[in-house]
Amino acid sequence: MELLGKTNIDFIGKRNISFVISSIIAILGIIGIIQIGRGAANMGIDFSGGTAMQLKFAKHIPIDEIRTALHKNGVAKVDLQEIKDGNKILVKIDKNTSAALGKSTDVVQNAFKKEFPDNAFTVESSTEIGPSIGDKLRKDTLIAVAISLLGIILYIAWRFDFKFGIGATVATIHDCLAMFAAFYLLNKEINLLFITAVLTIAGYSLTDTVVVFDRIRENLHKNLKGSMQNIFNMSINEVLSRTIVTSFTVFMAAASLFFFGGEVIHDFSFALLVGVLVGTYSSVFVASPIVVLLENRAAAKQSVKS
Amino acid sequence: MPKGTGWRISLIAIFVLLSCLYLTPTVVAKLPSWWGGLLPKDKIHLGLDLQGGTHLVMEVETQKALEGSLDIVATDLEDTLTSKNLHFKRISRTGSDKVSVLLYDKGTADEVQKLLKDKYPGYEQSTSNEEGGFIAINLRISDKDAQDRKDKAVQQALETIRNRIDQFGVSEPVIQREGLNHIVVQLPGIKDPQRAIELIGKTARLEFKLVREDIPPTSTNIPEDTEILQEKSVDPTTGAVTEIPFVVQKKSLITGDLLTDAQVRIDSQFNQPYVAIEFNSLGAKLFDQVTAANVGKRFAIVLDNTVYSAPVIRERISGGSAQISGNFTEKTAADLAIVLRAGALPAPVKIIQNETVGPSLGQDSINKGLMAGLIGVVLVVIFMAIYYKLSGLVANLGMVLNVIYLMGALAALGATLTLPGIAAIVLLIGMSVDSNVLIFERIREELKLGKTPKAALDAGYDKAFLTIMDSHITTLITAAVLFQFGTGPVKGFAVSLSLGVIINLFTSLIGTKVIFDLFLQKGTAKKLSI
Repeated sequence: MELLGKTNIDFIGKRNISFVISSIIAILGIIGIIQIGRGAANMGIDFSGGTAMQLKFAKHIPIDEIRTALHKNGVAKVDLQEIKDGNKILVKIDKNTSAALGKSTDVVQNAFKKEFPDNAFTVESSTEIGPSIGDKLRKDTLIAVAISLLGIILYIAWRFDFKFGIGATVATIHDCLAMFAAFYLLNKEINLLFITAVLTIAGYSLTDTVVVFDRIRENLHKNLKGSMQNIFNMSINEVLSRTIVTSFTVFMAAASLFFFGGEVIHDFSFALLVGVLVGTYSSVFVASPIVVLLENRAAAKQSVKS
Repeated sequence: MPKGTGWRISLIAIFVLLSCLYLTPTVVAKLPSWWGGLLPKDKIHLGLDLQGGTHLVMEVETQKALEGSLDIVATDLEDTLTSKNLHFKRISRTGSDKVSVLLYDKGTADEVQKLLKDKYPGYEQSTSNEEGGFIAINLRISDKDAQDRKDKAVQQALETIRNRIDQFGVSEPVIQREGLNHIVVQLPGIKDPQRAIELIGKTARLEFKLVREDIPPTSTNIPEDTEILQEKSVDPTTGAVTEIPFVVQKKSLITGDLLTDAQVRIDSQFNQPYVAIEFNSLGAKLFDQVTAANVGKRFAIVLDNTVYSAPVIRERISGGSAQISGNFTEKTAADLAIVLRAGALPAPVKIIQNETVGPSLGQDSINKGLMAGLIGVVLVVIFMAIYYKLSGLVANLGMVLNVIYLMGALAALGATLTLPGIAAIVLLIGMSVDSNVLIFERIREELKLGKTPKAALDAGYDKAFLTIMDSHITTLITAAVLFQFGTGPVKGFAVSLSLGVIINLFTSLIGTKVIFDLFLQKGTAKKLSI
């Protein structure tokens, strides 16, 4: 079976449209990162410090009642989130408002015991993170992101020539920014798992780019006639079906995680889904057009000199 | 059989066999009796997020340990100078790294300086004239010694915590030092995490101090060598806490490090639990002396600066045993006995990270993870079979091999499987067919150019090889970085991902190829189902 027959789409020619779309995505991602830096984004407690608890109640309680119950018992600033199946509640307390570490989970439990005496609950999980750990994690994460990107860039630069290296790097950074943009716009929590997803996609999204680049290089070596743009377009069209199929299989796996993997990795798999989609888009619409631009500019310089 | 097929098939078979061998303890509920010797016995380790449990990171307040040992130097020095009849005004720890001795005249100062040089060679001395004609000698611990002391404190805290956890009874705990002054404790499957945390985090510094009943605790101006400590009692019915203040002598007469044993006993009269303690010979001698000298006075039993009880010394107590009573339940008495037996922490510890997952959520995560994996496998298998027909089935076979190898490798390496780790495996189900997709698409192209199936197959594998290497290596780079920097669940993800990527290279480049080679061995096959 074949999804696509022989296609002949002018991908490079649409670069103006794609560059505009990608710039918007990238700017949103950068805004998201700045917000994270300012502490204005929805940060997970692993980075910000504080307490998070997941509780399961015997009977359903409206989220407002929970908020009032906590307010009455001295927990002023609290983030509440309902989990759809099974009367579960996620309670997130900022490090600044919570009592001393080790005490805030007690405060929350006592409040619920007092306010909802006939509704038994169990603490399914609780996490308390001191500010020093949060700081260390943030620093470690920044280093991890920097080292991975550097590693990838160096590898690509070694495997391909410089212009391809730039194209692949820009595409990789673009994919990461897109994931930040999506999480920022949807106000989803930025936590360690999200960063893990971003780094995974940084490694994985290169697959598609490498597939396209390999073919472009092969065709360039064949010394085919036609402009740079034509060779690039032809190459992308030739490998289009495999680009789509490889992404599709990973997309299916990530989607089954998203729909059936449970709440703990729900956001994580969402990040992966976004990453796989954007990674496919960028290998065709970002990485290759950039290389064409660079090649054309180099060629223009060459002709001016001679 | 085509050349080179034999060893490849044997390699695949050996790996399958090994994987199954390593996976047996995980899959089989009860190992048969003949399973032993060199055969693997370990199950795949489940992370705390899957089996439930508590992950703690504690910070040892090493500065306090250093100050504590300087306090001891100061007390020691007091005793030495007194016994040598050298008069001093005051000896105390000043700042975080100094002991200062305040003396009346130059002659004693010279003698003390000589004495200090002999007794504390590792310390730096400095002299200065203080106001009012006193002479001050400062004894400063060198930076290296201070660091040593701090380092030892962390090591000692680690041992003590290990002791306590062993006595508390947790199966397969992990207790590790991390960095300069952090201790990581993992308690899998623990049922009462709050109790365990209290047990581990308690400094448990036991001291016996004389109560100064001649000074009212309400007075604002108490002598320098005394302090006010509280006795807390909790009303068992209302839960209200009442505090009774005591003025006690600052200097402790006996400390908990002289204990040899601590046991829970039940008071037959009031049916109240208490903790019976036994001193070693030095402790017994001291206890005998102190009680003999202070009959009629009250003796406060102080744990971490809280008075547990302050009984009146009725008579001289020899034999080296005593009891601590207070408002104990059986549990709190048992926990106190454990911390006293295991010894005090050399410095207070602060819990800076506490992650607890209940067992129900862990099981839920396993079930959902497995379900997602199963659905992922089914989707990918169906898609590949439809899209690439028989060849798709070969790719599916490769994917199944991948999963078996990966699980086997996780078991063999004793790696820990976490929920993100399961996610990585599910993701790899999608990624592992990718290599085959690249190869198959290439073969299709070569077939279109009119090559024979055999030639197209070889060309497909050859030309897709570099692309496959590239994509795997970039994924491996990030997985390695995640492994280096990640903790807990994220590390589990990185382990699964990197192992998976390496295994995938093997199955896609060697595993599936050998099947095609067998089918097309004569090179005369007319058609390839792709």
